[in-house]
Amino acid sequence: MAAPDDLRKMSTQIFTEENSYSLAHQELQEEPGRVASWVKRLRDEAFESFAHSGFPTTEQEEWKYTNVVQIAKAKFEPFIKSDADEGITQKQIAPFIYEEANSSRLVFINGIFNERLSSLESLPGETVAVDLARALTESEQAEIVREYLARSADVDGNPFTALNTAFLSGGAFLFFPAGVVVENPIHLLFISSAENSRFASFPRVLIVAGRGSSATVIESYASLKQGEYFTDAVVEVVIEDDARIEHYKVQNESEKAFHVARTIAELGRNSSYNSTVITLGARLSRHDISVNFNHEGAECWVDGLYIVEDGQHTDTHSVIDHKLPHCTSRQLYKGILNGKSRAVFNGKVFVRQGAQGTDAMQTNRNLMLSNDARVDTKPQLEIFADDVKCAHGATVGQLEEEELFYLVSRGLHTELARNLLTYGFAEEVVEKIKIDSIKAQLDEAVLNRLHARLEAQ
Amino acid sequence: MLEIRDLHASIEGKEILKGISLSINKGEVHAIMGPNGSGKSTLAKVLAGHPQYVVTKGEVLYEGRNLLEMPPDERAREGIFLAFQYPVEVPGVSNSQFLRLAYNEKQKHLNEEELDPLEFKDLLKERARIVEMDESFMNRSVNEGFSGGEKKRNEILQMAVLEPKLAVLDETDSGLDIDALRIVAGGVNKLRTPENAIVLVTHYQRLLNYIVPDYVHVLAGGRIVREGGKELALELEEKGYDWIKNMGTERSGAVKEKSFMEELQEL
Amino acid sequence: MSNIELLTNREYKYGFVTDIESETIPKGLTEDTIRLISAKKQEPEWMLEFRLKAYRQWLTMKEPRHWPNIKYPEVNYQDVIYYSAPKQKVNKASLDEVDPELLRTFEKLGIPLQEQKQLAGVAIDAVFDSVSVATTYKEKLKKHGVIFCSYTDAIRDYPELVKKYLGSVVPVGDNYFAALNSAVFSDGSFVFVPKGVRCPMELSTYFRINNQESGQFERTLIIAEEGASVSYNEGCTAPKFDKNQLHAAVVELVALDDAEIKYSTVQNWYAGDEEGKGGIYNFVTKRGKCAGRNSKISWTQVETGSAITWKYPSCILQGENSIGEFYSVALTNHSQQADTGTKMIHLGKNTRSTIISKGISAGKSNNSYRGLVKVMPKAEGARNYTQCDSMLIGSRCGANTFPYIEVMNNTARVEHEASTSKISEEQLFYLQQRGISQEDAVSLIINGFCKAVFRELPMEFAVEAQRLLGLKLEGSVG
Repeated sequence: MAAPDDLRKMSTQIFTEENSYSLAHQELQEEPGRVASWVKRLRDEAFESFAHSGFPTTEQEEWKYTNVVQIAKAKFEPFIKSDADEGITQKQIAPFIYEEANSSRLVFINGIFNERLSSLESLPGETVAVDLARALTESEQAEIVREYLARSADVDGNPFTALNTAFLSGGAFLFFPAGVVVENPIHLLFISSAENSRFASFPRVLIVAGRGSSATVIESYASLKQGEYFTDAVVEVVIEDDARIEHYKVQNESEKAFHVARTIAELGRNSSYNSTVITLGARLSRHDISVNFNHEGAECWVDGLYIVEDGQHTDTHSVIDHKLPHCTSRQLYKGILNGKSRAVFNGKVFVRQGAQGTDAMQTNRNLMLSNDARVDTKPQLEIFADDVKCAHGATVGQLEEEELFYLVSRGLHTELARNLLTYGFAEEVVEKIKIDSIKAQLDEAVLNRLHARLEAQ
Repeated sequence: MLEIRDLHASIEGKEILKGISLSINKGEVHAIMGPNGSGKSTLAKVLAGHPQYVVTKGEVLYEGRNLLEMPPDERAREGIFLAFQYPVEVPGVSNSQFLRLAYNEKQKHLNEEELDPLEFKDLLKERARIVEMDESFMNRSVNEGFSGGEKKRNEILQMAVLEPKLAVLDETDSGLDIDALRIVAGGVNKLRTPENAIVLVTHYQRLLNYIVPDYVHVLAGGRIVREGGKELALELEEKGYDWIKNMGTERSGAVKEKSFMEELQEL
Repeated sequence: MSNIELLTNREYKYGFVTDIESETIPKGLTEDTIRLISAKKQEPEWMLEFRLKAYRQWLTMKEPRHWPNIKYPEVNYQDVIYYSAPKQKVNKASLDEVDPELLRTFEKLGIPLQEQKQLAGVAIDAVFDSVSVATTYKEKLKKHGVIFCSYTDAIRDYPELVKKYLGSVVPVGDNYFAALNSAVFSDGSFVFVPKGVRCPMELSTYFRINNQESGQFERTLIIAEEGASVSYNEGCTAPKFDKNQLHAAVVELVALDDAEIKYSTVQNWYAGDEEGKGGIYNFVTKRGKCAGRNSKISWTQVETGSAITWKYPSCILQGENSIGEFYSVALTNHSQQADTGTKMIHLGKNTRSTIISKGISAGKSNNSYRGLVKVMPKAEGARNYTQCDSMLIGSRCGANTFPYIEVMNNTARVEHEASTSKISEEQLFYLQQRGISQEDAVSLIINGFCKAVFRELPMEFAVEAQRLLGLKLEGSVG
């Protein structure tokens, strides 16, 4: 392996030599249309920041365990065609649709909104659920978008956010006005059609929940072909006082894909944010999730389940920032590793000075089913207030011998017993999911991946 | 021994006790009863000097001295003991270590002999019998991992070791099964002498079957609304708290036993 | 809670200066400085080579400024005196020849060097600024085959042992401060316990910094051969000066098959004043290698002093079934900063490690636990259990936990738990209601919080540690 210094040189070099991003950025900026000047400026500043920093290297503490040199090296072409329909049929996307959101669905192909495949009938009239590209140009929504977009997703020190912002265009804008309660979950379905072409797509989502509103959002990533592509997503969630957002992310990209994403939630007084992140796909995936308690009395649940197979690498970095008193956070991330796979978890919990009455709990548990797997976990507490309740825990291990023995002694085959226990390990996260079709999808995924034949036994 | 005059106390600006007067002499057992929120636990905590409660009016004399001027630890060394409704856990500090420290602090205060660990162990062993506590409890951290019943027994053990002049038992009967109640009450009875006084703060009459009080005071809305002998407790048990519930706010002073009996006849 | 905070403000008792004539070399660090130190110590050529190699490496290295959770102004390494020794006969054959002023100094610190005055069963090496001034019970120990002497004496008398083990656990270029130490270290303690011997006494080194301008760069090497065992303790104090002083030590432990080393530290360097003026920068590299099967290395530390602590006593668990332990209490107050913890590197099969860390933060201080548990691919059946608890006293201090867990073997089991607590008003009231003063109640609660660590300390040290934390309990640990 090259020394970190060389790596950095390498990734910067790659960037300047290939420059596919630079050309595409230029092309996007020169595209005729009604994109406001502030958007162009945002893109320019972001691109400048990215050009300056280049891709991160493992020398940086935040990227210590995840090497993105492959992303830097690959010649990904930013997908910026705004009218590309790709001729994909409803039938093709049917496997990725959640029944509960059948008529509250926005579909994106390679990061670009596809109206033909989308369906929004069941949403209440006041709710805004539109293509971000459109919201950026239409004056009616542009004001709100301008107020909140890129407000919390800072680009400096976050090269992937910078890159996403540099290509800011496609994605979703969801706005729930004060007091609106949306019954059906809203599904943002991001589909990649890449097979031989190496696309980079930059989905961007802005969710603004007005005072006392309540909604559920599903954000899912899937691919039609097992292509090699790169998704760089940024999701900003703004939750105003007394509002509630339930957020599911299901990442099931192609097994050759690269997926880097960032989610940032800003919480108002007495608001609530409930996030569940399911990671199944991608050769290399990285998710940064931050929850900022900007006001008192809010609460969040930040849960996750990652299941990685031979050749996969997944990395979760989370920051839960208790800036003000009397907020509660609960975090549970569980991981199952098979084959030669690798999982990284880094969970920071900050309790700032004066944030008295904070109640924070964080857990990361990893199940290593193979001896070629590797886990690096780093839960992390930084506390600057005394009247608080904070705890964290992390474990790495394999299935409990005792439990295994118990099941085997009841007549189960060892392999089946293992599968059952592994399934049980995942259940703790799965059972919290309130959307049945996601649950069903996961049950199936877990069982499939375990090659289990529970039914047959 | 204890003279409470027109005591008013509040917590976080909210007045809980609204004029309590009570006198307790040595050798007496007083029961303080009342519905939830009537102020009975507050009275117990104010007597022990809990820092969250502020006395806004009135006075408390203990053996002729102004009790309210003393910090909580001095009150304890002067012989006031509070058995907590919710005994607190102190991780890493063993029961015996804690009790010896408390015992020696009191001895020192009274200019009496302090005990070394071995001597104290003997004393502890003897006192532990009063509440039928196993010796293994002595080496465990104070209240940590104790069951509810064990915590309450541990409180009475502490009382047995510290031999207070005035013991205030705050809902010591709550959460106890009948066997534990019998043990705890038995312990208290063994510790009852003509020289000390006991105040039982309780919601139910049940405990009073085992520890028979000389006087019963009924609290409602931060005031004493009924006083009488042990029969009052039985009466209360039978009728429930509903019939005295509003009296605290409607009536200002305490009502004498006689008028209480008259009222009963009217019913 | 301000009452509790007040209780944590205690006067530093060891802040006096001994007026003694010293031989000091000029400030600054060059190859010539190193040659001078080596010449003063009449060292063999190989030792000088070791130092120069370290120095050259140090020049290419950077101070670890980025990752530790500590902040301090730049250290001018040219403004430090690298050698300062009280003037006395270099070869102190007996204690009678030790300067009475030095004996008085150590006596004042509670460390009488006259054997008859000492606690029975504890042998002491006393290090004053750059040199060891006395080592007690040397002869008695020698009868058992145990070597306990100053590092300087060891280089002269046991060169083969030193050559074999020096730098074998902490290589010269391990980190910035270790490289600096390897270049300029002036003295320290050397312990060798031969095969099958259980060291009959507790061994103890007491470090004292006296000179305002000098840093202390001592080195300790402890070797326990097959089946040997030893318990070693160190204590440290320094006078109060407005200026910061540098302490960069290296400790290497080697445990062969079935050997056991227990290493305890009560660190009470001057911590600076309330505003953070003065105090020791304690940048220390401590590492033990469980080289043999079934060997065991146990670190216990009570860290209460120093303006800044940067210290991670670690274990390399190489031998099969070897055991590493780390028990730590770190108390920071006022403007103190501590970034301390451990590294447990599991290399061998069925290796086990336990980490218990208790951090107490008060005042405006910042206290961080940083630990690494690494299970390498061949460490079948490795086990680790880590528990990190923090207690915050007051609302201006910080408590941080940075555990790194890296697992490359799926038969390993690694568990980490951390929690934060405070002294609750309810707890204080409960203890006060039993007649215990508020001050004693706070001590009692803190003592209880630290119990799992205190009980690992040898008796004398446990008492010292409790006293240091302001505890008034009488010998009731365990």
